[in-house]
Amino acid sequence: MPDDLVDAMVNMREAEAMELAQKMLDAGEDPLQVLEHCREALKIVGKQFETGKYFLPELILSGEMLKRISKIAKPFMRKESNKKTEAKGKVVIGSVKGDIHDIGKDIVVFLLDINGFEVHDLGVDVPAEKFVEAISQFQPAIVGMSALLTTALESMKNTVDVIKNAGLRDQVKIMVGGGAVDEKVRKYADADACGPDAVAAVNLSKEWVEDKG
Amino acid sequence: MKERFLEVAADADQNQEAQFDTWLSGKGIPFVGSEAEADYKARVLLIKDAIQLKKAPQRIPICPSAGFFPIQYAGLSMYDAMYDYDALALAWQKYSDELTPDAYNAPTTVVPGRVLDILDFKLGRWPGHGVSEHSEYQYVEKEIMKADEYQDLIDDPTGFFMNKFFPRIFGTLKPLKNMPLLPPVNEIPCIPPALFPFGDKEIQSAFSSLTKAGEETIRWRDALRRLNGSIMGKGYPAFSGGFTKAPFDVIGDTLRGTREILMDIYRHPDELIEACERITPFMIKSGVASCKATGHIMPFIPLHKGADAFMSEEQFQTFYWPTLRKVIIGLANEGMVPQLFAEGGYNQRLEIISDVPEGKVVWWFDLTDMARAKKTIGRVACIAGNVPLSLLCTATPDDVKAYCKELIDVAGNGGGFIFSTGAGMQGSKPENVKTMIEFSKDYGIYQ
Repeated sequence: MPDDLVDAMVNMREAEAMELAQKMLDAGEDPLQVLEHCREALKIVGKQFETGKYFLPELILSGEMLKRISKIAKPFMRKESNKKTEAKGKVVIGSVKGDIHDIGKDIVVFLLDINGFEVHDLGVDVPAEKFVEAISQFQPAIVGMSALLTTALESMKNTVDVIKNAGLRDQVKIMVGGGAVDEKVRKYADADACGPDAVAAVNLSKEWVEDKG
Repeated sequence: MKERFLEVAADADQNQEAQFDTWLSGKGIPFVGSEAEADYKARVLLIKDAIQLKKAPQRIPICPSAGFFPIQYAGLSMYDAMYDYDALALAWQKYSDELTPDAYNAPTTVVPGRVLDILDFKLGRWPGHGVSEHSEYQYVEKEIMKADEYQDLIDDPTGFFMNKFFPRIFGTLKPLKNMPLLPPVNEIPCIPPALFPFGDKEIQSAFSSLTKAGEETIRWRDALRRLNGSIMGKGYPAFSGGFTKAPFDVIGDTLRGTREILMDIYRHPDELIEACERITPFMIKSGVASCKATGHIMPFIPLHKGADAFMSEEQFQTFYWPTLRKVIIGLANEGMVPQLFAEGGYNQRLEIISDVPEGKVVWWFDLTDMARAKKTIGRVACIAGNVPLSLLCTATPDDVKAYCKELIDVAGNGGGFIFSTGAGMQGSKPENVKTMIEFSKDYGIYQ
């Protein structure tokens, strides 16, 4: 049955996936194990996205399936079974002040998450000071900033400046992305790297974390 | 039901010529002199030649997308631009006078802020309402139409907008949910029940708020009309003169929301396709009507969710393209030239979207590879684009020049090209915009 659940999720058969998950939970399977199967399915979906076979509909729908299954699994959870896995690295991320677009950023969060990163998503329209606070609090290795609006590029540059002034610039790698962002913007904002899509964000993050050893 | 909008009509060419004649005539424009009138006509002809692909224009028409750039260029705040119509008009005049693009974009997207206030608009944030005075307005996506309401929309799109959509997106129009359904009013006994709602105080307050908003809109429109007369009167045509959208975007942008419509591809595929089909004739009619109202030929059609990153080629061909193609054919049959603004990248779809009638559309690109576009779509349609905003916002005039030169070399070859930007120019450095326009006008002359 676990393989069936993974298969149903990977192939976007939502009703079947929900039914299988419910059956497994009812049969007494460890809810954490059920969720683990879901994550396995999401990893495959993420891979298909990376190779250009899947697109936004599959990413969004599989995320939604995970959410729904988590919800039905909750009543079956025992507190003591709550074990935490070691994260690959920490990332603080947000859409910069002045920009309330979230879809691109959300995809990056999704992919980083299924690739084992601990992601602190600050949301949209995030003031520079909020980034500084989050860096102090979570001590991430990586900071991600997103902007779709061209008028938010100044704000992106300003956010990097504020991080510099707070004396935190050297302890994080900064990646920037979003519809309005390319290498020219990266240089202008003085970030460490930019990428054309969410897959690039994951690859960059992996690279940076591995470099750190 | 009869299949429509699949084939180009026999009189499409004739209708297009007639519509071009209307646009070219400049009828009703208060020209400042005969030279300005000649300039206006020469500029329209540059665009016409680029569109029809029959011969190369005398030079490449330079038509960047102004976006909200003129507002910052004039030192105005976004708030001022949305609330002070004369200030808005002055800003646009300054932009056109000083930077002289061949065609200008009327500031119809700088909507009057007071109208949003009066109607208590729920689908966005605008200066003073959730974003700062200097920020542009932005959409707030919500699932306005629930998945189980597809059938309501399909049964009666007009009724759905009146009774469900408007009451949900405009706070003061909530009472419109009680508006009577119209087709049932078909003989004498049906008249009284149809009138009950209008005696109701609540619905009267909704109409009074519509009246106020309508009057405010007229003030805005009058300021824009004076501005249009003034810019065109100096010899500069508008780059577009109407508006419509791809049916998939209508449903995805403001009815279902991005996340929901993309999941509907799996959850409600049949309803989604049927709904797109159902609103297709509406989108054609509104594109034609808005163009006819301005005497223009090109309805602006911003494309949002059909880009490479949003869906697979197969999904694009199943859900997005069929009804967009019908809108294109429907508009072309009426003599209009759809101005398809393909936001994002369309590199995976160039072959599919080349299936359009020859010399009857403009494909305007953002992040698409222009060399490949020229080789594919460029054979059947005028292409436009695509100076990146990242360049205009952050680079130097020399970088801009280098990009423009290469763009013109690649995309301008042999005509069929309108020089433009990949997006609205807000955030650009003025010296970059100036350099872009001056250099390209000169470099874009065909020998």
